[in-house]
Formats: sequence, C-alpha cells, structure tokens
Amino acid sequence: MRMQTGHDSLEKVACETTVEIKNADGLHMRPAMQFVDVASRFVSDITVSNNENTVDGKSIMQMSMLAASCGTRLKIKAEGPDAQEALNVLRELVEDKHFDEPTPKEKKTQ
Amino acid sequence: MEIKKGIAVSPGISIAKSLVIDAEDYRIPRRSIQPSQRLTEIQRVKNAFTNAIDELTKLEAALDQTEGGKIKDIFAVHLRFLRDRNLKKKITDLIRSELVTAEYAVSTTMREIASHFTRVKDAYISERAADIYDIERRLLKQLLGKRREDVEHLTEKVAVIARELSPTQTAGFNKEFVKGLATDAGGRTSHTAIVARSLGIPAVVALEDLTEIITGGDTVIIDGNRGIVIVNPDEQTIQQYEEYNREFLALEHKLDEIREKPAITRDGTKITLLGNIEFPDEAEIVLQKGGEGIGLYRTEFLYLNRETEPTEQDHYEAYAETVSVFKNRPVVIRTMDLGADKFTQSKRFAPEPNPFLGLRSIRFCLQNLVLFKTQLHAILRASVLGHVKVMFPLISNLQEMMQAKFILRDVMEDLDEESTPYNRDIKIGIMIETPSAALTAFTLARDIDFFSIGTNDLVQYTLAVDRGNEQVSTLYSAADPAVLRLIRTVIQDAYKAQIDLSVCGEMASEPEFIMLLLGLGVRTISITSPMIPEIKQIIRSVTMEDCNSVARKILTMNSERQISSYLRNAARKILPEAF
Repeated sequence: MRMQTGHDSLEKVACETTVEIKNADGLHMRPAMQFVDVASRFVSDITVSNNENTVDGKSIMQMSMLAASCGTRLKIKAEGPDAQEALNVLRELVEDKHFDEPTPKEKKTQ
Repeated sequence: MEIKKGIAVSPGISIAKSLVIDAEDYRIPRRSIQPSQRLTEIQRVKNAFTNAIDELTKLEAALDQTEGGKIKDIFAVHLRFLRDRNLKKKITDLIRSELVTAEYAVSTTMREIASHFTRVKDAYISERAADIYDIERRLLKQLLGKRREDVEHLTEKVAVIARELSPTQTAGFNKEFVKGLATDAGGRTSHTAIVARSLGIPAVVALEDLTEIITGGDTVIIDGNRGIVIVNPDEQTIQQYEEYNREFLALEHKLDEIREKPAITRDGTKITLLGNIEFPDEAEIVLQKGGEGIGLYRTEFLYLNRETEPTEQDHYEAYAETVSVFKNRPVVIRTMDLGADKFTQSKRFAPEPNPFLGLRSIRFCLQNLVLFKTQLHAILRASVLGHVKVMFPLISNLQEMMQAKFILRDVMEDLDEESTPYNRDIKIGIMIETPSAALTAFTLARDIDFFSIGTNDLVQYTLAVDRGNEQVSTLYSAADPAVLRLIRTVIQDAYKAQIDLSVCGEMASEPEFIMLLLGLGVRTISITSPMIPEIKQIIRSVTMEDCNSVARKILTMNSERQISSYLRNAARKILPEAF
C-alpha cells in the first residue's frame, strides 16, 4: 500500500491508495452501493480512478459507471480531516471483505 | 408555422394552446422550453426525485422480510441513485444549458448512463442497464403523472397532443377544457378517435412526428374535417380558420333542426337511431342530438378513472344517472370490455404477449367472477329504473354465452335472496364481433334476445389487421367483401330467429355505409351522438328500394376498392352536401 501524507495542516490531509477488485462479479450495483455508503460516512472528499476516469466515490451513478470488473486496479484518493481512516476502511471493504462476495476461487468451490 | 397532414377522425375545428402529454412507454422527444421556464422545469425534476424516493421508501417498507433479499437490494440501489446529488445535478444542468423539458432531460441522462453499461464487456455489469431504465421509468412516471393530473385540473382551453392516448389517460380528461386531440399514432377506430367523437371535439390522428415538432404552449389548429394540424399558425391563417369554423358551425346547426323529425326513409321505413356513450353525462347529448336511446353504453371508464376497482354502488350510480335521462327508452349496458390495457395487463397479470387474442373482455370477466358479478348486480338493480338491457362483449362461442347468462341468473338469485327488486325479464344480448360468433350466429340466436354487431373488432379479427398500426391500417376496411359476407349472415340469422339486431360499430356512423346496411336489412343503428343528425339526414333522403339495389349490387362485388368507390358514388348521388 502506497501512502502519501499531505503537507498542509491536519484538516487538509490528502492521501491515496490503490486497491484491486477481488470479488468475482466485479463492482456491480450492490458493491458500488456498499462503497458509496461507506465513503459517505466520511467528511473527506473521496475520488476513485481507473486508467481513464476519475469519479466521485460518494456517487453511486459515477461509481457504478466505472464498471470495474474483477482484477481491475482502482486508485482511491481522499482529502479531508478523516482521509486516512476513510482509505483504511475502504481498502478493507474492497480487498479484505471483497464486498462480502466470493472471489473467483471461492465461487468455483461453491 | 408548420402544417401536418394526418387522418381526420372527428369533425370540427379547434384553435387552442397545446398541452403535450408524453408516455413513459415511448421515447421522450426533445422538447424545448423558454428560458423563463427553466426554474419551473428544474423544480419539477427535484419534486420528481423527492416523490420517487417517497414511493420507493414505502414500497421497500411494505416488503415482507422473508421475501426481502434480492428485491430489497434492488430497491436500495435505486434509492441510492435517487439520492445521488451528482445524478440530479447532471439532469438539472442539462435543462439549464440546453433549455429542454424535465422529461427529456431525465430520459436522455438516464439513457446515456444505461448505454454506458451496455457497452461494458462484463455481462454481469452490463445487465445493470435494466436498473437504470427502471429508475428512468420511475422518475418519468412522477413527471408524467403530474402532467396527467394537470389535464384533470385544467383552467383554460387546450388541445391535447400525444403520441397515443390510452383509455386511462382520456378517462381523466376535464371535458370542459379539452377542445381538440391530435396524436402521432392511431387510425379511424383508435381509442382517441372514439373518445373525440363521443365528446364532439375535433381530432386528427396518424400525424407521425407531431409530438416532436410541437412544444407545450404552442398555438395549434386542429382541423378534424380535413385532417390537418397547423402548429404556430400566422395571423392570416387563424383568421381564415375562424371564418371556416363559423361556416361549419352554421351547417351543424342546420342539421340540428332535423332533431325532432323521425328517422324514416322516403318510402316510409322507420329506422331506430340510438347513441353510443362512454360517460353518463353524454346521455343528455344523445337526447339533444335526437337519439332515441342508448344502443351501446361502454362501461370501461368506471374501471379506468380511479385507483381502485369500482364498487357496486359506483356502477349503480353511473347507470342510474344515464337511465334516468332516458326514462322508458332503451339503454343497452355493455359489460366490461377491457383488455390490452393497463387495467387488465399490469394490475392483474404479467403482460400478455398477444393481448388482442388474450384474456380480455368477457373472457376476463368469466375468470374474475367477483368483479363480473359486482357489475351485473348493479345493472340488475338499475333495471327497475327504466328500460335497461344487458349485453356481453366479445362472445366467441356458445359455451361462453351460456356461461355468462348462467352467471347473470346466479346474480338474480342473489338479488332475490336480498329481496332487492330488479327486472326479471331483462333483455340479454351479445356483441357479434368475432368471426366465430358471426359464423355460428344461427345457433347463438336461439338462446339470446338480441345481437349487436360490433364492426370495429369484427373487421380487425376477420381481416387480421391491427387497426392502431399505421403500417397495416390501410388494410382495415369494413367494405371488405369478407366482412360484408359475415355481416349479411348475422343479419339473416337474426331475422330467421326473430330476434332484434343492431349495428353499433364505427361503420354505422360512416355516411357511405348507411344505404348498404339498410339494404342488408339493418333497422337499428347505434352511433356516436355528434353523427346522429347527419346519419338521420341520410336516412331521410333515401328509399328502401335504392338501398336494396345498392346491397344487391355490392354482394356481387369481390374487391374492397370496387365496393368502397361504388358506395361513395351512390351516397354522393343521394346527398351531395355530405361529401
């Protein structure tokens, strides 16, 4: 995990991290909803980008339009007082919990 | 100024501001607004979002915990979209920058998002486009629903413009303010045409792309005599039309003078002229126009102009109102004839693949006995107020007719038990509107009191033509030899069995068919009230001898075109001013 700490005051922390989509079905509607719900709990501005686009991590429309399939790498950027915490929780949701959905491996053994 | 040509389906001229109604089932055309309307349209979008969220929250709360799971997830996703500020902003930005209506902005934005999904390679994700369409419909429903309420609460005269009008939409019209109708789709016998004629307002259909070139609020001339619609006419055109309208009204007035005179041919044969109605308040108009009773009382509006199913009392009050106008003159109440519409399709069943051949009309009633009996109970109760007859639509075989009669007897027993008075000898009739009924009319006639030929459906089912489909509607013609042969069979079989017969379809209100129908033996005609004076005038101008010879001649002809032109010429000779 790459991390970058902002150099202004504590209120304006900006950091980013890159995560990989692990669940087999990718970032479809329900995972997008979970992501947006979690992101919306934080006051920091959160953006998510793939190679082409950067979108608002609190907008389900934009998040779902990323249409990130399994294996896609996304850069999450947070800016605000709780930026670091937001990134931790979001990374956990995407990579550790993989949206409470099976990974391709788990799906095969089901 | 733009002039569009369509099919004239209801006579008269109207000059009014347009009110455009879109439908969520069709693509919403791009429609511009004035800069001053921007804030109103943006507010409409905001309200639509708020109301859609309310609606969805209620639906979600009503969901059973056990069946929850998947559906709950879907609702939750939809709610997130509706609460997404980015989405709302995308839509309102479009209104601000492009000056388009709320409907168009919602539709284009949602479709743009959906098409983004369909382009994704991952099948699982691309299927999500369906969710976006769902959300689009939900928002449009709010926007258009409000528009429909607007039509119910009009305060100024308007011409209603739509892609197509459904019974649900027209049932809510405030008749005092709707002065004309014009639609992109439809034919001579479309629902729009029927409603316009029964309201006596001008209508033009089959205008193809009218809804795309018109903007709400534009002044529009609807010329229901010549089938022309003029959008944003110039001052000179408006003046010409005002003059033309005065002449037209003067001619109508002249026809009204024959109101008190009987419908008798020159050689003394009496024809009974009845009116077709849809709403109870039209009964008065039938009398004003010189109708001698009601030959077809359509009862569908009772089911379409309210959220819940009509109660027995709702039925009774509507029938009592109509019957009281006619006292002892006949009122033929036709039982519910719905099908291929919102009431039967979405309230009760998964949509049928082929609704015109599906569970509609009497078939629907025979499978929904509570609903059917409720209506029959009210009809019987109203039967003591005057001369009420009951008629079953779309009978296609003997069993169906016997079953319907059996259920009527059942309801009579219920009334006996409640000691509610009713007319035990009420006359029971059926519509002949399927080829199977026409071909077995001889058998059906033995167990029924009267026939009424419904030519609209009979033509559609005989010729296998959807009358609302512009691409094949030219094949739809009552002058087709196959249709005429079926009609002749029915008339002869009714005559042999000594039962009453009437014709209640559009055919009977078209001047060129009157001589033929009389010549074939028809003595009772039921038509929309605005046509009564004109048809009476024709009857009073012909002799039975002429009519018989027209009918004999027609029966030897084998092509629709030949028959049509012969009928037109014959009628023109008798009554040149009507053509």
